[in-house]
Amino acid sequence: MKPFKKLTSTILPLDRSDIDTDQIIPKQFLKRITKSGYGEFLFYNWRYNSKGNPNLSFELNDLKYKDSQILLTGNNFGSGSSREHAAWALLDYGFKCIIAPSFADIFYNNCFENGILPISLPNKIIEPLMLKCINKPTFKITINLLDQTITNISSSKSLIKFEIDSARKNTLLKGIDNIGETLHYESKIKAFEDKQGKHKGILPF
Amino acid sequence: MFDKIWDSHVVHKISEKEFILYVDLHLIHEVTSPQAFDGIRLAKRTVRRPDLTLATTDHNTPTINRNQPLKDKIAELQLKTLAKNCKDFGITLYDMKSPFQGIVHVIAPEQGLTHPGKIIVCGDSHTSTHGAFGTFAIGIGTSEVEHVFATQTIRQFKPKTMQINLTGSLPSGISSKDCILWIISQIGISGAREHVVEYTGNCIESFSMESRMTLCNMSIEAGARAGMIAPDNITFEYLKNRKHSPNHQSFEKAVKIWSTLKSDPNAKYDKVVDISVEDIEPMVTWGTNPGMSTPISGKIPELASFGSEAEQLPIKRALQYMNLEAEQPISEINIDRVFIGSCTNSRIEDLRIVRDIVAGYAVNKTVQAMVVPGSTSVKKQAENEGIDKVIKDAGFEWRDAGCSMCLGMNEDVLKPYERCASTSNRNFEGRQGHNGRTHLVSPAMAAASAIKGHFTDIRSWKFKT
Repeated sequence: MKPFKKLTSTILPLDRSDIDTDQIIPKQFLKRITKSGYGEFLFYNWRYNSKGNPNLSFELNDLKYKDSQILLTGNNFGSGSSREHAAWALLDYGFKCIIAPSFADIFYNNCFENGILPISLPNKIIEPLMLKCINKPTFKITINLLDQTITNISSSKSLIKFEIDSARKNTLLKGIDNIGETLHYESKIKAFEDKQGKHKGILPF
Repeated sequence: MFDKIWDSHVVHKISEKEFILYVDLHLIHEVTSPQAFDGIRLAKRTVRRPDLTLATTDHNTPTINRNQPLKDKIAELQLKTLAKNCKDFGITLYDMKSPFQGIVHVIAPEQGLTHPGKIIVCGDSHTSTHGAFGTFAIGIGTSEVEHVFATQTIRQFKPKTMQINLTGSLPSGISSKDCILWIISQIGISGAREHVVEYTGNCIESFSMESRMTLCNMSIEAGARAGMIAPDNITFEYLKNRKHSPNHQSFEKAVKIWSTLKSDPNAKYDKVVDISVEDIEPMVTWGTNPGMSTPISGKIPELASFGSEAEQLPIKRALQYMNLEAEQPISEINIDRVFIGSCTNSRIEDLRIVRDIVAGYAVNKTVQAMVVPGSTSVKKQAENEGIDKVIKDAGFEWRDAGCSMCLGMNEDVLKPYERCASTSNRNFEGRQGHNGRTHLVSPAMAAASAIKGHFTDIRSWKFKT
């Protein structure tokens, strides 16, 4: 997993709440057995019309935002299905950071597993930021994970400090492989299994 | 109960918030596992406990013509990949030819694998179903599936707890599906986010295991990390004599241990919600998420009732997608399709209800209706009870087991703009087919609407048997 430290980019505003993972990546694209190449199917049913042509009123097709690596969206982003394909599609398309008032639990976790930074900010910050990005597509910010700050690059003015769990932050900063980390405790796993083995077949734990 | 299960599974405490927990049962299927197997191969790791891992095929399996080669070659590759992975790593697989095949959340309980006190994970959000037995059961992403393969543990941040206390007795004709749709309409689709929900109250005590599973299954639609119900005699009776349940003397010992999981009456929850079930009506969703619902006696709501213009916007979008108008009575909405199935409502109890409703009736000629049992075992049991005959005589299609049109990964999909009464769990845009329109209902409501061609109040149904 690639570490996430700092990111400077314009922001794509997608002003909708409760966007579920069925919208992020529809089910017909879940039959592949690889992790790559999902970006072209991101938001497929909103992005293309029934003939397969780009739906020009959908934000992702607005060329002004084509290089945005930050997605700004509404409440409860990533609800529904646990499909990690949603995180793979966002990353493959080019989004490295998602800012929203809140995220669904499984999706939130899937972001960290793939080096995507999900930032929760209160509505009172999101709303004016959304307006700003809609009115000024060239508006750029810098996200600094180490300092947990978002800065307006044109004025160098720090806009806000965001909250993030310190362990999750560390995972992203270093691009840590969680499995490798857990395997440091293999002797503890073994000890747990040995203890459990005495009651095999009876004890549920 | 939650704390007891959590504490007994801690392998290592990373910090005050983050823990490594042991996993007792890992369920896998064809869609969210291939990349995880690739991952462990690449890192030269292995599956630590294939004996605690069970695989089945459900998401993209056809429900018809199973003896013929799959038309969908990409789906076929995914199924073959699962078979190869299971063979390579020594994992038991219930594939399409197995008598134990079925929807992953239907087969584990019916095979007696879902025991109280276990931690169960699966790369599927509806893993919350297993909480009905007093387990901590959660849906995980594919990276976490890989983590469980390699370590038989999960890293978890301790969630908050929420009690949903259901009091009173359910009126006749009302099911736990109506109950959970009502709960979601009250607390919202993110009302339980970051929480594990424990359902308590005298209403729960009277619920069958099937009804409890329906309730816990849809906890995720309220945003919950998991749903749980403390085990009791109904749980123990259900588990007795199942294939993987402890047998004879061991069973009695197990029951003693399971009984200790009962919720402490003084247990403290981070959030408490009290809901009386006495006035719950049959529920029908009208929008594009499970929170957008109304009782059958109701109408499509007025936009103005949702507050500000910004708050009205998603409702407006949903009604546009569903091609519905404010003030339209729910009972006047005509339907084209009926789907009875999914991990929410496809168990034997659901099929018996459908049989009772449709016996002596015929499916309306404007409607195409299908019943997809949750597992091959459920299908067989239904056939032994003669349920299939009654259902087929009424004009329903009787299919093989799988997820089917709940998410439409196989050929069972809605055509664009078709309107469906569905016993599944999600009415998201395009969920059952591109531009398809889904209304979530109980099995009784779905069966009755198949006969009438529109939604109808099941409480005034005239049974012919």
